[in-house]
Amino acid sequence: MTEASDADRPSGFADLVCGACGVPLEMGKVEASYLGQSFPVELPRCPSCGFVYVSEDLALGRMLRVEQALEDK
Amino acid sequence: MDGQRVKAWEARCIEEQPPACTAACPMHLDVRTMLDKMKSGDFVAAFAVYARFIPFPAILSRICDHPCERECRRAEAGGAIRIADLERTCVDEAYATLRRKAQMSRKPKHVAIVGAGLAGLTAAFDLAMKGTRVTVFEADAHPLERLASDFSEVLPSSAIDADLGALTPLGIEIRCRSRIVGGAGPLGLDTLMSSHDAVLLALGPGPALDFAPAVRLTDAGRVAIDADTCATSSAKVFGGGFHGAPGEVYSPIGSCHDGRRAAASIDRFLQGASLTASRPDDGATASCLYVNVAAHQPKPPVESLAPDHGYDRDEAMAEAARCFPCRCMECVKACEYLKHYGTYPKRYVRDIYNNVSIVMGLRKANRMIDSCTLCGLCDTLCPNDLAMGEVCLEARRDMVDSGHMPASHHDFALRDMAHSRSPTAAFARRQPGRAECAVAFFPGCQLSASSPWHVERVYAHLAANIPGGVGLLVDCCGAPALWSGQRALHDEVVARLRETWRGLGEPQIVTACSTCLKTLGEFLPEMKARSLWTVIDAIGWPDGARPRLAGPLAIHDPCAGRRAIDAQGAVRRLAAGLGVELRELGGAELTTCCGFGGLASFANPEVTDKIVDRRIGESADDYLTYCAMCRDNFARHGKRSIHLLDLVFPSPDGGDPAARPDPGFSLRRDNRARLKTRMLREVWGEDMADPTPEIALIVPDAVRADMERKLILVEDVARAIAEAEASGRKLMDKATGHSIATLRIDEFTCWAEYEATAPGFLLHRAWGHRMRVEAKP
Repeated sequence: MTEASDADRPSGFADLVCGACGVPLEMGKVEASYLGQSFPVELPRCPSCGFVYVSEDLALGRMLRVEQALEDK
Repeated sequence: MDGQRVKAWEARCIEEQPPACTAACPMHLDVRTMLDKMKSGDFVAAFAVYARFIPFPAILSRICDHPCERECRRAEAGGAIRIADLERTCVDEAYATLRRKAQMSRKPKHVAIVGAGLAGLTAAFDLAMKGTRVTVFEADAHPLERLASDFSEVLPSSAIDADLGALTPLGIEIRCRSRIVGGAGPLGLDTLMSSHDAVLLALGPGPALDFAPAVRLTDAGRVAIDADTCATSSAKVFGGGFHGAPGEVYSPIGSCHDGRRAAASIDRFLQGASLTASRPDDGATASCLYVNVAAHQPKPPVESLAPDHGYDRDEAMAEAARCFPCRCMECVKACEYLKHYGTYPKRYVRDIYNNVSIVMGLRKANRMIDSCTLCGLCDTLCPNDLAMGEVCLEARRDMVDSGHMPASHHDFALRDMAHSRSPTAAFARRQPGRAECAVAFFPGCQLSASSPWHVERVYAHLAANIPGGVGLLVDCCGAPALWSGQRALHDEVVARLRETWRGLGEPQIVTACSTCLKTLGEFLPEMKARSLWTVIDAIGWPDGARPRLAGPLAIHDPCAGRRAIDAQGAVRRLAAGLGVELRELGGAELTTCCGFGGLASFANPEVTDKIVDRRIGESADDYLTYCAMCRDNFARHGKRSIHLLDLVFPSPDGGDPAARPDPGFSLRRDNRARLKTRMLREVWGEDMADPTPEIALIVPDAVRADMERKLILVEDVARAIAEAEASGRKLMDKATGHSIATLRIDEFTCWAEYEATAPGFLLHRAWGHRMRVEAKP
């Protein structure tokens, strides 16, 4: 996940604001986990409450490929 | 998976068996590959194949007795391929490209071969190619002298010279006018035996009395030779060659094989290996490769314009193109799933076994295993009844048991099964006002989901026409659990269903679903499940207006009903009785899956799309089905399709039955829930309220279709939005004014981008993932 290509980079979050905290999202350290494996990634998140945003591009792109690779391990 | 069982499965697939021509050739020339190269005009590649099997291409292409042609299956469709003529053209075109290089010597062994006939020289060639030093002793003035004389009309000396010349670079020494005799003289057998590591007596016809007692002789005075290994009574002496025994017909290719077999034994002897262990049957055999000859149009052999000179290039290419080629592939030709992965069942079985047996590394065949629809077409077509569905299901069970089943493949379908079994959708009742329950209608979870009004109308019809009380059992037969390899879950489904059935008084089950009929018959035989179609065939339809049909209907049988002959017949009678002009799509036995079978469409929609597209392309007629899932899958792919029940119980909206859209997974759930509340309220008089949505959600058709492809339910999105609106935990997009909500539901995270509008929340898109993401504190 740390070697995301341009196409997989979180996109379109510049205009996103956390509804609860009212602050813009920022890139921050996030823990991704699946099937007992976890690893650190950088994703847009609310700096105040930690609400993490997973864009559709990411979910259906690299995240899906990592999920499938872990499922086939 | 049990290794012995895997081997038995592999053995059933005969695709790797040699074709008849190769099996009939003692040298097992790969005629099929050679002709494949030749038909495309690649004579060099074709010749390379020929020369890999045949030691003396120039000679054999002119004198071979060609047992291959006698067995050629093309003979049944126009005439055997003229392999002899093709070989000759191939040699004429490409002999100059002959390149052979012996292996570097592993051990400095020296073998003496007595007799420079085809057998002796083939043995010399084979041994020299393996790096063995070979000296050939020939009594005549020239090698192959008898051959040159016997075949003088067809075998020019230039051909002999060319092939013999090719032996020199291999280091083979041929000593002519060197008749080997018995005893210890300079050319005595005893001397050869002591000065060489092995001796081959590749003698011509006639007695060999000289060689006793060094080797034991037969009563006819010939060297006694073991037929399988060419061994003689002396360990280092081997025998071969044409014996000229009564009844023995000389065969040039057989003579070559004789030499090859002897060389193989000598090579084993030189390495100290057993002469018999793991030695495949060699020589000419019969082929057990199945070939569907009837599928090929008869085509006569190409006639050469200059018969004395054989085929020219173009003629040879045309004749080679007449080769089918012989392959089985019956299942692969018929199944888009088997075709998709590019090989055939014997290899699939091995790939699957390797996949489930792997300890470390990627299990690359997981998706392939889960892409089979378990439809049973392959074992119907297979000459040896190999069922890939059985192999895949066994593998799925292994994957589940070992914790290696990819969760994403079946979770959605199993959630759907859980919904159809949940109190929201499932229910069981005896007929209102009746204590007894002779029969219970089991519509199946997909009919309830697809066309709930059919369940209501059929139940009313059965209840009015079958004596002894008719109950209604709306539940799931457990097929999704079975197909996903979840044995424990399937056992639980079956056990609960049995209890529910007992609670109704153990009625005979009448089901509208072919899958239910099959699975209940297998796992709950005490229910004596019967097809709805045979029941209606007996009691008839209710009176009433019927929709008008524009034209004939092509009948598609569900794959689960491939063997349900009674139901197939009943459906055809019922349709004909309703005035339908029926057309067959190749018959019920060869029907294909709609993609839902085996849950394949959840694991690999790319494959199941191919399956469905092929099926719906078989006829331009509207399709008639009697499986709700088949109908809906065809409809989703744009094929006009009618359920048999549409002909009698049209939809309440009065629309064109063949144009009824696939409801999709979200609406299927709503339909099940509403069916339960409506029937319990209206038929049983129970106090039921229709489910009310948490929020008013507007889902445009394009968004809904996209969600169907992504397997995201409207109700999950609605929950996500409802919770986001209640808690305020959501994202706001300043640029668009849209909100973004998310919710973790079991092992799936659902996202929704939406907008608050006056009539309700307008959904713009939804997506999801299985991975968890959490901000680090």
